[in-house]
Amino acid sequence: MGRQEQAETAPARAGSDERALYERMALIRRFEETLLELFAAGELHGTTHTCIGQEADAVGVIACLDPDRDVVVSNHRCHGHYLAFTDDVDGLLREVMGRVGGVCGGKGGSQHLFAGNFYSNGVLGSTVPLAAGMALAEREKQSDAVVTVFVGDGTLGQGVVYESLNIASLWRLPLLVVVEHNGYAQSTPSVLQLAGDVEARARAFGVATSRHDTTDVLRVRSAAREAVEHVRSTGTPYFLVLDTYRFSPHSKGDDFRDPEEIAARRLRDPLTVAAGLVGDGERDEIAEAVEGRVADAVQEALAAPVATTVAAAQ
Amino acid sequence: MRCGQALNAALHEIFERDERVYLLGEDLLDPYGGAFKISQGLSTRWPARVLTTPVSEPSIFGITAGLALRGYRPILEIMFGDFIALGLDQVVNGIAKFRAMFDDRVTVPLVVRTPMGARRGYGPTHSQSLEKLLVGVPGITVVTPSECHDLGAMLTEAVADDEPVFFVENKVMYGRPNRRPEEGRVGELACHESEGRYPALTFSGNGFGPAEATIVTYGGMLPVALDAATELILEHEVFTEVVALGRILPLDLEPVLESLGRTGSLVTLEEGTLTGGVGAELAARVQAEAWSDLHGPVRRVATRDGIVPSARSLEDEALPGVEDVVAAVTALERVGG
Repeated sequence: MGRQEQAETAPARAGSDERALYERMALIRRFEETLLELFAAGELHGTTHTCIGQEADAVGVIACLDPDRDVVVSNHRCHGHYLAFTDDVDGLLREVMGRVGGVCGGKGGSQHLFAGNFYSNGVLGSTVPLAAGMALAEREKQSDAVVTVFVGDGTLGQGVVYESLNIASLWRLPLLVVVEHNGYAQSTPSVLQLAGDVEARARAFGVATSRHDTTDVLRVRSAAREAVEHVRSTGTPYFLVLDTYRFSPHSKGDDFRDPEEIAARRLRDPLTVAAGLVGDGERDEIAEAVEGRVADAVQEALAAPVATTVAAAQ
Repeated sequence: MRCGQALNAALHEIFERDERVYLLGEDLLDPYGGAFKISQGLSTRWPARVLTTPVSEPSIFGITAGLALRGYRPILEIMFGDFIALGLDQVVNGIAKFRAMFDDRVTVPLVVRTPMGARRGYGPTHSQSLEKLLVGVPGITVVTPSECHDLGAMLTEAVADDEPVFFVENKVMYGRPNRRPEEGRVGELACHESEGRYPALTFSGNGFGPAEATIVTYGGMLPVALDAATELILEHEVFTEVVALGRILPLDLEPVLESLGRTGSLVTLEEGTLTGGVGAELAARVQAEAWSDLHGPVRRVATRDGIVPSARSLEDEALPGVEDVVAAVTALERVGG
């Protein structure tokens, strides 16, 4: 992009930070709704884990990061993080659909993404030491980068998380652990799988921590800003707990929660909470733009050839 | 020079040459220098690049992978090979897969050094040879130096390798001399070294003249194989060739096929337990590749399926010895008949 073009596009964005947060959440929402629709229509193979309802976490936290410098390590529920960090709708959609142009050539699929400074993997817990090792690398390079790893409350059942918190504290690693606490480990409610105090787990290792029960993207962003600032300025880890809720099933059709519970939580839908960030007319405009962008991506992906190693060899 | 000293010297050279090399593991700091002393002196010379860790194998495997993905060339010392079991999730679901599942756009250039093997009386959980677990994991390289290999060169190659390498050492080997071939000989035996980063060594008692069987082994079992080959000559007038593989994943089949072309019979020898072992893989591949060269069934010699007991007498019963190899060779139809 030329300097001229940058100068022209900049004013449109100036002062529209909050609109961008809303737009980003709306994009993630529509993208994932579309994935579930494609599954229902038999257009997708395999599995997917959507973050519908949790978008404020991905967007609020990643708004505080610099994609050119900072590193994000995500998990099986990674689409929101990926889109917030890269804005790569086509690469992700084609990856999930197994088409040429998928960000990992169709080899990773929904859970295993890599682009730039973004990595995700599908086995819970394993990503925390990986992120700690990356934080060690960035510390040694003196890059001033923060490495952020997203986990859920289910992952707090993995021992390797605590080993890694211990080491991150001991070695002073620039690691931000974000716990998206949606109250469920797949189908199992927290009350059946989590004892004690979540923040106390971090405090026990001398890791700074805070907990926020919010789906307000501005509040998430402000909590994340403080956390990122802590990691960047002290070079020590931070454990940020964000209470949230997932409206969608764990994966595709596997939901046995009380519909009334889900309906009650929908009152706190991050898009509803953030609705005031944009004017009424703008919301429709954004919805239309997002709809168009995702629909175009779907049409193009459906028209793209399927991934094959034969094509790669040509 | 003893094998342990050769590895230690190589580590010093590697550290001196490349500042991207870090060492992680338990009890690494001087004066301790690692449980088997292979890392001695490194923490004194490069304190910032030698990270002694908590007792947290699952985590330190992952941390090592994170370093490798972000531009470093870390070495992870796992105190006992048995403890790789603690880190296998990181190996199977991460280290071995990142390059392929991220469409060949990342590499994970790390080395895991670890001692396997028995004969020290450490008992069932500190004496195993678990490398066969790694052989079933596509995406990693498993290197198996013996006391006749150029240990320093192989370790240097492993650190320079862009693939994740398991460098499987043998804890008895550490104290034995690094007996490199001189003018094509190791003691009384002729020795041929193959090409490549992790060469195979092929030994012959009669200058690669006519022989009855090929004994394929690796790592700490090489001295057992060589003693058996010598005994077969002296006591049974049977000549064999011994192949010591420097790499068992991907399996380095070429030197095996080459020797089999001369001998026609295969005996495999490993210190891991029998079932699902390296010998099984060798047998399957050899019958597919060289059926017409084989005069009879492949015979496998390995540790008895079960635990490696603590008591020396019981340990000796469980582990394969010279007499087991001699018995396997003399039982071959062509030799016995």
